[in-house]
Amino acid sequence: MSAWLARRLAVSLLLVFVVTSTVFFLVRLAPGDPLHRMVDESLTDADRDLVRSRLGLDRPLAIQYLDWLGGIVRGDLGTSVKQHRPVADIVGEAVGPTLLLTTTAYVLHLLLAFGVGVTVAARRGTAWDHGLQTMGLVLYSLPSFWFGLMLIMLFARKLGWFPVGGMHAPDAEFLGPGARAVDVVHHLALPALTLGLGSFMGMARYLRARLDEILAEEHVLVARSRGIPEGRILWRHAVREALLPVITLVGLHLPFLIGGAVVVEVVFGWPGMGRVAVEALWARDYPVIVATTWIGACAVVLGSLLADIAYRWADPRLRHPGQGGP
Amino acid sequence: MIRRPRSLGSFPADAGFALSVLLVVLAVTAPWLAPGDPAALGEPGEELQPPSARHFLGTDQLGRDLLARLVHGSRVSLLVGWVSVVLSVLAGTAVGVSAGLGPRWLDRGLMIVTDAFLAFPRIFVVLLLVSLSRPSLLLVMGVLGLTGWMGLARLVRAETLSLKERDFVQAARGLGLSPWRVAAVHVLPHLTGTILVAASLRVGGAILAESILSYLGLGVQEPVVSWGAMIQQGRGVLLDGWWLTTFPGLALTLTVLGYNLLGDGLRARFEPRGGRRTDHG
Repeated sequence: MSAWLARRLAVSLLLVFVVTSTVFFLVRLAPGDPLHRMVDESLTDADRDLVRSRLGLDRPLAIQYLDWLGGIVRGDLGTSVKQHRPVADIVGEAVGPTLLLTTTAYVLHLLLAFGVGVTVAARRGTAWDHGLQTMGLVLYSLPSFWFGLMLIMLFARKLGWFPVGGMHAPDAEFLGPGARAVDVVHHLALPALTLGLGSFMGMARYLRARLDEILAEEHVLVARSRGIPEGRILWRHAVREALLPVITLVGLHLPFLIGGAVVVEVVFGWPGMGRVAVEALWARDYPVIVATTWIGACAVVLGSLLADIAYRWADPRLRHPGQGGP
Repeated sequence: MIRRPRSLGSFPADAGFALSVLLVVLAVTAPWLAPGDPAALGEPGEELQPPSARHFLGTDQLGRDLLARLVHGSRVSLLVGWVSVVLSVLAGTAVGVSAGLGPRWLDRGLMIVTDAFLAFPRIFVVLLLVSLSRPSLLLVMGVLGLTGWMGLARLVRAETLSLKERDFVQAARGLGLSPWRVAAVHVLPHLTGTILVAASLRVGGAILAESILSYLGLGVQEPVVSWGAMIQQGRGVLLDGWWLTTFPGLALTLTVLGYNLLGDGLRARFEPRGGRRTDHG
């Protein structure tokens, strides 16, 4: 296992490195640079060249790349061209909100997936089954940004139950810690709902298919013939068995949720990584673009690594040959 | 225990098929079907009108008829959805079949490339590539196609590897048929179902991706009409112009739903769930 893990880790690190380096060159080789997006009539071409050389953008690409690599080794992600602040600060401030949003949405996603998956598996072929499946497919087809806008329209603008966007009320600084937390939750509700509701169906279907298979197995048949109630069979036998493979899926969902979060963050003005990334793209803010892609790549690679580890851990044949479960 | 052969009845699949066909018809006949020119400015005073008998879905801030714009918007969605998926399918199938049938080094090399592509966080890369040059329809289709083939490549490779062990493929290879011929005559026809299902399930996703790009202002530009851009246009008047956001979103949802239902129905047909286990196991 440890040799496998070491190899897997090495490959992951290499992939992240390749992805980040590719993006580094891609943004610099594309036409246009940060100066193009700074619309200021008073800037002459000479001024622009001065700014470029101060930012080090006039140096050969290879030198810029080596410089950037040296910075990474020292833990320095560079300075934002637009905000004139260390990239590490900008990204560091955004990681927390994104994690808060994605984990909340993921918990919601899991609860819904389990609720719907088990309900549907227990009522195969009934109106419940078809109704929930169709509804799930409708939710799955909803464009998340539009769904978010609809929620804003109804619950924020029309009814005024939730704030329109952002993470804190304007007066949040003056609130006590308890009231501040409530304020954040209040702001979190709509974006988390948008993200969680749009994505749970895939897992619900997977769970249902697994439960379908398990419920047709012999040990379930035996349990049924012994007169064990159907609900107990479902929860004690089937759900427990279906749980492990679902856990292995968590890792694979990570990049998916982060990807979805980009759009949701933009719609709700949530101060997370996705919004930072989109704003950096607009401003052609090289160091911030590279840093956000780096974090995105880390999330993707880490997710699939976790999935592999969980899969090995969950499958006893790969872990300890010969040792059965209880 | 008797197992139902399909998880979904055939009604949703039929509905999906009908929706998809209806949409193609709509997109093709848009210039004749739409009530007027989507770019025609209305009379003064016709700006931001709610739905009425004169404008069934109302007008936008420039007095343009929303229904006409909605009908024309279907063209971009469908075009991007289909072209980008065809690109991904071509690339994914080529990579998957080559990896499955080719020599070991080719398989390993192609899978490393696939893994590398998979390691890119897709939405970041799509946004990055699209934002790097002037937004256009071709760019959007190319980028979505280029970033969408990896899953299919893995799927096709796995299927190809299992087909490779089957007697008829072994026989064809044993007879000395060229790899191209084996791939074209003996492997590809058996992959049709898998590819068809994957493609139809992906069209919806590609249409969603296009709408996100357009919403962020990175997709096709005016005067070409796109649903994502229309939703963005209504963002500033959520309450006073609710129809501007609501209707394009509904159209988008219905379209994506149609393709998802269709893909689902096709999957139920081509890969009856659980059938394999009891048939072969």
